[in-house]
Amino acid sequence: MTSDGTILVEHLSKSFGTVRAVDDLSFQVTPGRVTGFLGPNGAGKTTTLRMLLGLVRPTSGAATIGGRTYGQITRPLKTVGAALEASSFHPGRTARDHLRLFAPQVGVPDARADEVIDLVGLSDARDRRVGVFSLGMRQRLALATTLLGDPRVLLLDEPANGLDPEGIRWLRGFLRALAGEGRTILVSSHVLSEVEQTVDDVVIIARGRLAHASSLAELAGMAAPRVRVVSPDPDGLAALVERSGWRRTDAGDPRVAQLLDVTAATVGAAAFAAGVELHELAAQDPGLEGLFLKLVGSTEAGPVEPGSVPPGSVEVSA
Amino acid sequence: MRAALVTEYRKLVTTRLWWILLLAMVLYMAFLSAVLGWSISQDGGVSGTSGTGSDVPLAPDAVVRAVYTIAVTFGYVFPLVIGALAVAAEFRHQTITPTLLAEPRRTVVLSAKLVAGAAIGLVYGVVGTLSAVGAGAVVLTALGKPTFLDDASTWRTIALSALALTLWAVVGVGFGSVLTNQVAVIVVVLAFTQFIEPVLRFVLSLTDWGAGIAAYLPGAAGEAISGGSFYSETGVGTLLEPWQGVLVMLAYGVGLAAIGRVTTFRRDIT
Repeated sequence: MTSDGTILVEHLSKSFGTVRAVDDLSFQVTPGRVTGFLGPNGAGKTTTLRMLLGLVRPTSGAATIGGRTYGQITRPLKTVGAALEASSFHPGRTARDHLRLFAPQVGVPDARADEVIDLVGLSDARDRRVGVFSLGMRQRLALATTLLGDPRVLLLDEPANGLDPEGIRWLRGFLRALAGEGRTILVSSHVLSEVEQTVDDVVIIARGRLAHASSLAELAGMAAPRVRVVSPDPDGLAALVERSGWRRTDAGDPRVAQLLDVTAATVGAAAFAAGVELHELAAQDPGLEGLFLKLVGSTEAGPVEPGSVPPGSVEVSA
Repeated sequence: MRAALVTEYRKLVTTRLWWILLLAMVLYMAFLSAVLGWSISQDGGVSGTSGTGSDVPLAPDAVVRAVYTIAVTFGYVFPLVIGALAVAAEFRHQTITPTLLAEPRRTVVLSAKLVAGAAIGLVYGVVGTLSAVGAGAVVLTALGKPTFLDDASTWRTIALSALALTLWAVVGVGFGSVLTNQVAVIVVVLAFTQFIEPVLRFVLSLTDWGAGIAAYLPGAAGEAISGGSFYSETGVGTLLEPWQGVLVMLAYGVGLAAIGRVTTFRRDIT
């Protein structure tokens, strides 16, 4: 596994002053699959990607692509295509000129610029200055830049930002096709639902730490439905839950119970039979998004402190 | 390195800045050269102090040298700015990220910028100098003064003027790698070149030891390359030898770039 497109992050940490932006993070990204790199804004996604790309020096740990650090790869754009922000363009340059800048360093003829412009659907805007581009057009141009060298590894930071629904659908198909060709594709996002239909695997981080890593199917299995019950009789409710052998998750208000792996009908019937008065009985399906929010909120007590991320590494979201 | 050079060159010529600045330089140099050519050719106009103390007009060849090298004296701010913005604009527009993704070896990136800066500086040097020479020669001809354009030494002066301006762009790249804030670059460049250095040179030239230091200021070193200037011909300070001027300018450019390499180009790019 030295020359394939496997991304390996091992015990990666980065501190900005006293702030630990990335904390002992380890995960692996496999070729031929689309992997979602998920976490709330400020979780350390962009910092991790920048360390992977040699732009930020890790405090400790290592991040490699195909067994090599980014700096060790000769003509890196031929192996790795990365789009970090949709704003990394000189506004006075045309789309085609922007792409032609890098053609010599990628080692492709200038005509490749026109090919990738067509690939991402910017054909009509190729000679317009980037300054007049919409965010969605910039995203497409950023993607075109990553494709110049036909790389086997793609790292895309929030690529769906600013795309309209049609654009998101287009991106989804595009990334699926690229993964189908055996490429390694890592797509970051702060919203799971945005990439839910695109990714095979998920790596979820929060506050710089790994919160969860698995296939999407495995994650979905964890998003079990539940039933919320409210009763004015906490003792009766507790007895009922115990008698029935239901799994109860919350420990806050004794009059409220969150029950797992059971239907609202079953709970209602049992409560009726036991004579426990209920004021509320609701089936809840937290879905993947709910589970995601729980995962990123539960790795550590307390909310994310404002300003816990240094300026510049803040992930900008639209 | 060759690929990085092509990339850096393309960066310079694919935005409008380079030709807007060049156009401004051409017009400004032509204007200054015409005005200066006219005013110092007049008897009783600006005079030299090299004589016996009585006001004598500058010798015709000195007039020509001062006029033809006006771009080195007053126009170097243009190649300086284009060089500095070649680095500062990358940080202003965050294009430093794709730049370093394409070429992670930061020394290669900075070296390519220095060389590409020299290339665009040569364009500024040649065009800016010829603009001054053209306008100056027209005015001198109209006044019935000699233009010395059939003199080989005049053309040597013209070539050295272009060389001096080329090196100014290299100094600019070095400066931009140290100071990456675009607005700060413009403010500092204008303040230093238009006010601080001229005042320093004037004040320092009042003493012998001061004059020695003043000769190593970048503006004076640049003028030394072309072998004379409006300032030196009118007696404000003395200049180094041309080859010394080249070395001093290169030292400024490479020295600043070295500082930029261990500061700006060492930091995390966030």
